[in-house]
Amino acid sequence: MSNTLRPPLVAAPYAVTPHNVSRVMLWVAAALAPATVFGFWLYGWPAVHLWLITIGFSLFGEALCLRLMQRAAIPVLLDGSALLTGWLLALSLPPWAPWWLGAFGGLFATIIGKQVFGGLGQNLFNPAMVARVALLISFPAAMTVWVAPLPLTNPAAPGFIDGLRITMGGLPAAFDGVTSATMLGHAKTELSRGIDLAHSLVTVGAPADDLSGARAGSLGETASVLLAGGGLLLLVLRIITWHIPVAMLTAIAIPALIFHAIDPTRYLSTASHLLSGGAMLGAFFIATDYVTSPNTRLGQLLFGAGVGFLTYVIRTWGGYPEGVAFAVLLMNALTPVIDRYLKPRIYGRDRRGKALEIAEESTS
Amino acid sequence: MGILDRFFKSHGPDWGVHPDDHKRPAADAPLRTLPVPEKLYIPMQQHVGGPARPVVLVGQAVLKGQLLAEAQGNISAPIHAPTSGRVVAIGEITAPHPSGLAQLAITLASDGNDTWGERQPVVDPFSLSPAEIAKRTAAAGVVGLGGATFPSAVKFNLGKRLKVSTLIVNGGECEPYLSSDDCLMRYRASEVVDGLRIIMHAIGAGDALVGIEENKPEAIAAMKLAAEPFGNVRICPVPARYPMGSDKQLIQTLTGKEVPADARAAEVGVLVHNVSTCAAVHRALRLGEPLIERIVTVNGGAVATPGNVFAPLGARVADLLGFTGLTQEPARLILGGPMMGTLLPHATIPIVKGASGILAFDAREARVPEAGACIRCGSCTRACPMGLLPLEMANHIRAGDLEGALRYELSDCIACGCCAYVCPAHIPLVQYFSHAKGELSARERSKLRNAATRRLVEQRLARLERETREKAAAAAKRKAERDAAKARAAGTSVTEASP
Repeated sequence: MSNTLRPPLVAAPYAVTPHNVSRVMLWVAAALAPATVFGFWLYGWPAVHLWLITIGFSLFGEALCLRLMQRAAIPVLLDGSALLTGWLLALSLPPWAPWWLGAFGGLFATIIGKQVFGGLGQNLFNPAMVARVALLISFPAAMTVWVAPLPLTNPAAPGFIDGLRITMGGLPAAFDGVTSATMLGHAKTELSRGIDLAHSLVTVGAPADDLSGARAGSLGETASVLLAGGGLLLLVLRIITWHIPVAMLTAIAIPALIFHAIDPTRYLSTASHLLSGGAMLGAFFIATDYVTSPNTRLGQLLFGAGVGFLTYVIRTWGGYPEGVAFAVLLMNALTPVIDRYLKPRIYGRDRRGKALEIAEESTS
Repeated sequence: MGILDRFFKSHGPDWGVHPDDHKRPAADAPLRTLPVPEKLYIPMQQHVGGPARPVVLVGQAVLKGQLLAEAQGNISAPIHAPTSGRVVAIGEITAPHPSGLAQLAITLASDGNDTWGERQPVVDPFSLSPAEIAKRTAAAGVVGLGGATFPSAVKFNLGKRLKVSTLIVNGGECEPYLSSDDCLMRYRASEVVDGLRIIMHAIGAGDALVGIEENKPEAIAAMKLAAEPFGNVRICPVPARYPMGSDKQLIQTLTGKEVPADARAAEVGVLVHNVSTCAAVHRALRLGEPLIERIVTVNGGAVATPGNVFAPLGARVADLLGFTGLTQEPARLILGGPMMGTLLPHATIPIVKGASGILAFDAREARVPEAGACIRCGSCTRACPMGLLPLEMANHIRAGDLEGALRYELSDCIACGCCAYVCPAHIPLVQYFSHAKGELSARERSKLRNAATRRLVEQRLARLERETREKAAAAAKRKAERDAAKARAAGTSVTEASP
């Protein structure tokens, strides 16, 4: 035993959890993988290209900012957060969208949505949703061109090169026939033309509540079952808690149940609401973003319920057929307020922070 | 238990963490006794409160159990000779503290005979008055052995004054790696039960609840057997969840009572004592033996034969590690547990009363991951046993806004380390909080000092003003007298002149 053992100055505790940020991010990515792979199969090579481009540019945006700030980029990129941001954004884009949409979105997400605020943990709004909404407002046409599923195994599906051509040059005329509308978009358009749901929904390719998810939609949002499965994995691993997903889906389901019961020709059913659009993706992967959601259980319940309810309101009465992204951003803005007012009760204090009264012992 | 419980309900309490406990195989190894080393180094500060004052001289021969240093002040504890021998030095040695600062200690060279001095055993401690028990406990130098090292007798008197109805005995030992309390309960359950009954008598408690974490089935069985004859002593297995051994959390788990903020446990009718303290009280009363030895867990990846060692206080860490053997040079030495223990600068530091364990970590255990950015995952808020918001407090502290952290009740933080343990970004949260608490108390002290200075200045100014006023008044008075005298003189002359 030497007398000169000089330990580095560290404070207790000397034991640390085996978890770390990269591992959390990678598990979330793993939970997203099944729905993503299903999206690749459903929409073919263009979807793969778009996914790669979006992630690539979101990583590039992050690295660029770090270089400008003269910080080492590699360790930050390895935390996996930029990868996840790009991934989530890609899943919310039309699968055959042109390359520049993914590129612009990826850069917007990490530069404006995240690094401008100060990087990981500092952003007020979910970067992927900031980028999606920016794209939707700036390029409404390109953001609403949907394709009917054309699985990879289908001989008519574009091959690798054709897929690249679609992504790089926009939708070529040869494939024009496959464009379609999402169920929510179709229902909204038809309702605005005075055609009620009983008639309009007949013409949609697959039933709205088809669990397989083989219908037109964003790259990764249609496979509700796979998304929910991924979400359950995150719950089991305790990466997320049940509060936000359950509150959000309940807050979509309850108004849907009420209004559908009142007028089924004007209001979509609960199942259609829960299984279409970004409901599942939003509930398990987007609204649960640590950085932009409240950090107490009660706050999370309120936040989730807010996202769900706003989603229903925007879908039903708003100008857009889908509202998850807007609802998430609106509730992100309320997160600091929720965190301020819904604090956990401190041991030995009441909810207001006043010390508990000392109860008189009746027996003594 | 349905599958839904997995998602909707956590097991046991909804606070705290469950680190890999590393308690076995050390906990299962038989208790060994450290042969008395040639020299013992006995610090004068082994407790909370004033350091003890040496009452022996260099060169003096002492017997085992003889008083070496007496308590100094209301909150203090005496220190006794762990073996017989000769006092060879009274001077400064490195304190068991990460700073490695020096501290006063008595160095005792063992004569190898381990001869006991005079002991005054009590056959029936229950015939003694509570005050007498407290007096003997204090004289035996018994302090809280759970880690706080608060003089036990002071706590007895507090319990007596505040009418405590229930004694809570802490056998939680929730810190990973440690098993000294576990070992004590396995081997000396009857001593623990007798000691806790003496404490009940001393504080006037009607019943006792012994909380033992479920991960110690052998200790629970031994304690149940020992407590069987006594209806008012209940052994309660509690969930293995760190920090179950923290007073407030154990009280809540066992009684459902919550200790109000800024109040003491005794104010809600309970008092907590550690199992090792109970055994020490038993020895002090029944055998007349002061607190001079304890069970120390020696554990960690660098230890060849991890286990519990019965060691005299004052034996050095190096003596213990030499006894158990090392497989490699330790990458880190810790006194106590890994969650709240103290980092040791080197191994030539003695074992003190509060030393429940010595951990010699290998390089893998000592790894400190780089701290990253907070991703606001909220793990820390779920782990905090006090219901605080560690991430918000740390944010305020990082920005230099210590008052902001206080608004989040930083002062309620018990520094258990749960938040820093679970943080996936490995942010040293406890370090932030310790820094802020230190800074705030320094500010508080300087504010008091400033106030005192201001008061002195004001008093001086007032005094000067008063003196000036008095001087002026005196001058005016003298002048008036002079004038009056003059006037009289003039008057006399006038009257003299007038006729």
